[in-house]
Amino acid sequence: MTPLAPYLIVAALIFAIGLAGALTRRNAIMVLIGIELMLNAANLNLIAFWRYSPHPELLSGMMFAIFSIAVAAAEAAVGLGLVISIYRHAKTTDVEEMNRMKG
Amino acid sequence: MDFVFYLISAFAVGGALAAVLLKNLVHAALALTIAFFGLALLFLRLDAQFAGFAQILVYVGAVAILVVFAILLTKGSEVPKEGVFSKSWFAGLAISAGVFAVLAWAVLQAAPSLPNETAAPAVTVNDIGNALMSRYVLPLEIIAVLLTAALLGAVIVAMHEKAGPKQSAGAPGPSLLGTGERRNS
Amino acid sequence: MTERLDQIFVVLKHWLLGYLPESWQTPVGVVISVVCIIGLYPALFAITTVLERKGVGRMQNRLGPNRVGPYGILQPMADGIKSLTKEDIVPTSADAVVHFLAPVILVVTVFMGFAVLPMGRNMVLVDMDAGLLFYFAMGASTELSVFMAGWSSRNKYSLLGAMRAVAQMISYEVALLLSSVVIVMMTGSLSLVKIVEAQNHYSYGFPHWFIFTPWGLAAFIMYAIAGTAETNRSPFDLPEGESELVAGYHTEYSGFKFALFFLGEYVAMFSISGLGSTLFLGGWMAPFSGLQFIPSWIWFFGKLFVSMCVFIWLRGTLPRLRQDQLMNFAWKFVLPMCLLNLFVAGLWRFMGEGWLRWLVCSAILILAYVSLGREGMRRQKFGPRSYRYAE
Repeated sequence: MTPLAPYLIVAALIFAIGLAGALTRRNAIMVLIGIELMLNAANLNLIAFWRYSPHPELLSGMMFAIFSIAVAAAEAAVGLGLVISIYRHAKTTDVEEMNRMKG
Repeated sequence: MDFVFYLISAFAVGGALAAVLLKNLVHAALALTIAFFGLALLFLRLDAQFAGFAQILVYVGAVAILVVFAILLTKGSEVPKEGVFSKSWFAGLAISAGVFAVLAWAVLQAAPSLPNETAAPAVTVNDIGNALMSRYVLPLEIIAVLLTAALLGAVIVAMHEKAGPKQSAGAPGPSLLGTGERRNS
Repeated sequence: MTERLDQIFVVLKHWLLGYLPESWQTPVGVVISVVCIIGLYPALFAITTVLERKGVGRMQNRLGPNRVGPYGILQPMADGIKSLTKEDIVPTSADAVVHFLAPVILVVTVFMGFAVLPMGRNMVLVDMDAGLLFYFAMGASTELSVFMAGWSSRNKYSLLGAMRAVAQMISYEVALLLSSVVIVMMTGSLSLVKIVEAQNHYSYGFPHWFIFTPWGLAAFIMYAIAGTAETNRSPFDLPEGESELVAGYHTEYSGFKFALFFLGEYVAMFSISGLGSTLFLGGWMAPFSGLQFIPSWIWFFGKLFVSMCVFIWLRGTLPRLRQDQLMNFAWKFVLPMCLLNLFVAGLWRFMGEGWLRWLVCSAILILAYVSLGREGMRRQKFGPRSYRYAE
């Protein structure tokens, strides 16, 4: 049985990787991919804390993770819809070129 | 110490790294599914069967497909000439390294006080269902409203109607397939 | 004696494992079961291909394969040897790694679904608490392999076929899930073993299968439609419509990889049929209480065989749908019916015993079926076609 700390380290690592992806990539879809990774890392934390909590039968962490998965699905749908909409408008998905507030 | 855990973690972290680093967007999306899958395996290892399978169903089955569709609709499968990383990549890298350092430091500081071993919780899918329908019924309803709103919002945002429908002589087929064909020819 | 015959495979496995030391028994037992599943379904696949070619041949007024062996029953051997000895061509511009991984992932995920299907009394690989969810999670993973195959081929027909297939599978997966949720609502369990047991009682010699209720019948019809679409079978086979897309997402595959796609498609049909009979047709149960002396696994595979025959019959009978018809059908007919069916199942649960609930539930479903069907059947006026692009 692995103790709690390694799970948290793995989650922190994936969170940092996702953050790096979201901050350094040019493509808007890649930014979204990075955000998805960060959300997933947070889910891993929630599940790990649920598993090692003194009262896992209360299911708080588990429920939090399940709801977070549902919210992430909504976020992905809206985010990608926005990317497609912006692409139609500006003909690019490069976030560095999307620097005008006026279309 | 725990070989299986390290194997799965390496799988997940490797997938995440590849997702961020790969130049071709479709490859990145496929690597992302590897990361999702590895995380689902970690969930299973934490005795969270329901969450693990829900993760595979939602992320591998839906989010990854959405990402892939978006990539193809925005001509993203071609590697751009000016490079895939932004000009300020160094700052982003530094920030994320700093975040990781802080998080890891906090975890390692707290490690001695963290619980090491607990008995596997005897939680069945039935319990989850009961909890969803009793204690967590309000969040569930809110999630339902949120998902409906997100669905409608995504459709409205992505399906922008032009004043006059653009006429074009292409092969017959709905919009999605028309796009794919044009992209490739 | 009947008990012995019913449990013959279980007893055989335990007898084999008895020769092994204690600590080896669990892993070796799993390996034996997995090898049985991996061996059995490809064998059934071989038999089904002959059946299909002969059956469709008869429906199209021709003979079908009749050269290899008596009545052509050794045709799958010839096909297998042919596909194994053919050159494995990878297009030069293809993405070699993804091109290789796609059929492998497809076959692996399709086979994973069998892990939770009970194929007879006590004959299930793992009785998982969330078995149905596991099955659907694995089913959802096959979509990605289809996309990988189409995209990595760098061929417009492949990509078009893959996009069609993925759009179709996503649309019908919703219906597939919703029609199964009804069963979960009524049994209160996601475990397929428990779902079979919930149907395991008889009154007047007839079984209490879920198909013999209004909501069960409606859900079964929706499940059958969605299952046919999920496996890309005719009349929903436009992802590989040969008259327009060559062979869809596996156009650029040859030799053994093509055989893997072929295998994956048929094994997915077995798996969908197996799940359908588990959910609605009582799984391994006998259709009459007087027939219970016949072993349970014979009933399971008998039901599988019957549904394969229905698949073949559909293929020989129905023309292929158009893409817009397919999508309209999924979102404007099947999905609303599934949602309404959820409501009807809840009504059924809370109306108590008696004839009234039969009347009310059937009336709601028939009314909805007729009105939705009429709405869908109405002749649409087509103006000049317009195309919308993302750019």
